[in-house]
Amino acid sequence: MPRFSPGDRVTVLDLGKPGHVRIPWFIRHRTGRIERYCGAYPNPEDLAFGRPGLPAIDLYRVHFPQTDLWPDYAGAASDTLEIEVYDHWLEPAEPLT
Amino acid sequence: MSDHDHHDHHHHDHHHDHDHDHDHSELSAMDARVRALETILVEKGYVDPAALDVLIETYETKVGPHNGARVVAKSWIDPAYRARLLADATAAVAELGYAGRQGEHLVAVENTADTHNMVVCTLCSCYPWPVLGLPPVWYKSAPYRAKAVRDPRGVLADFGVTLSAGKAIKVWDSTAEIRYLVVPERPAGTEGWDEARLADLVTRDSMIGTGLPRAPGAAA
Repeated sequence: MPRFSPGDRVTVLDLGKPGHVRIPWFIRHRTGRIERYCGAYPNPEDLAFGRPGLPAIDLYRVHFPQTDLWPDYAGAASDTLEIEVYDHWLEPAEPLT
Repeated sequence: MSDHDHHDHHHHDHHHDHDHDHDHSELSAMDARVRALETILVEKGYVDPAALDVLIETYETKVGPHNGARVVAKSWIDPAYRARLLADATAAVAELGYAGRQGEHLVAVENTADTHNMVVCTLCSCYPWPVLGLPPVWYKSAPYRAKAVRDPRGVLADFGVTLSAGKAIKVWDSTAEIRYLVVPERPAGTEGWDEARLADLVTRDSMIGTGLPRAPGAAA
C-alpha cells in the first residue's frame, strides 16, 4: 500500500547521500503534489553498487509549479515540472489524512 | 578490426577539445581511449567483437527516431491506437515491434492546444532509446539540462520555436525509471495523409519537445 495518494502534498528531503542518486538538488526541500503512483522499483542507489536494491521502493510522480521552484521564474504561472521521486526521499508536507 | 571503423560515428559528437599539434594519431583522444578499452576487453575475452558489431549495427540502422515517428504518425490517424499509446506506451510501442533497453517503462505525453511538453534528464542523459535511438549531444550537455528546467521557454527560443500564447509548458525530468515520448500535435493541412507521409513530418526534436513537426510544405 503506497504511503501517498494523488493530491497529497509532499516535501522532498535532502538525504545527503553521495553518488549518483536520482534526486536533483533543485527539488530538495521543495514541496509539490503527488500526481500519481508509478509502481515499485529496485533502489537505484543500491543497484549502482551492484547490490540487488530490494525491497523495491515506491516511486511517485511529483508535480511542482515552476514558480515554486524558481522565485524569479520568467515563464507562465501555469508552467510545471513533473519528476519521479522515490518514497524514501519524501515526507508529508502536512499530516496525512 | 576494419569492421569497427564505424565506431567513430558513435564518437564524432564528443567534444574534440584537445590540441592536435601534439597528437600524432588521426584519432581523437576519446576515440583512442575507446579503441584501447575495446582492444583490452576483447583480448581478455570479456567482449565478443561480433556481439559489439551487432549492437553498433542495431543503434546505427534499426533504432532511431524513425521508430518514434511511426508511433506518432499512427497515433494521429488511429484514435484507438492513440488511446492505447496514452494509456500504456510501453505496450503500444511494442505493438509496432519496438522494445528494449531504456524502453521498459515508457510514457507518452501529448501536446494539446493548452499544453506543450518538453523532456530532459537533469542528472545525466536518460532517453527513450527504442523510439528515439541514442540521444543527441546537446541533450546530454549541462547547458540544456540546466536550462530546460529553469527556462524552458528560453530553450524553445534557442531552437527557434515560439509557442502560441497561453500555452503552458510541462517539463518532464526523467531522472528515475520512466522514459517519456512527446506526441506532438498533428500539423494543419495534413488531412487525408497516410501514416508514412505523416511520419516524415515528425522530427526527433518534436518528440523531445524542443521542436515542432515539420509543416506540410517543408517535408523532407
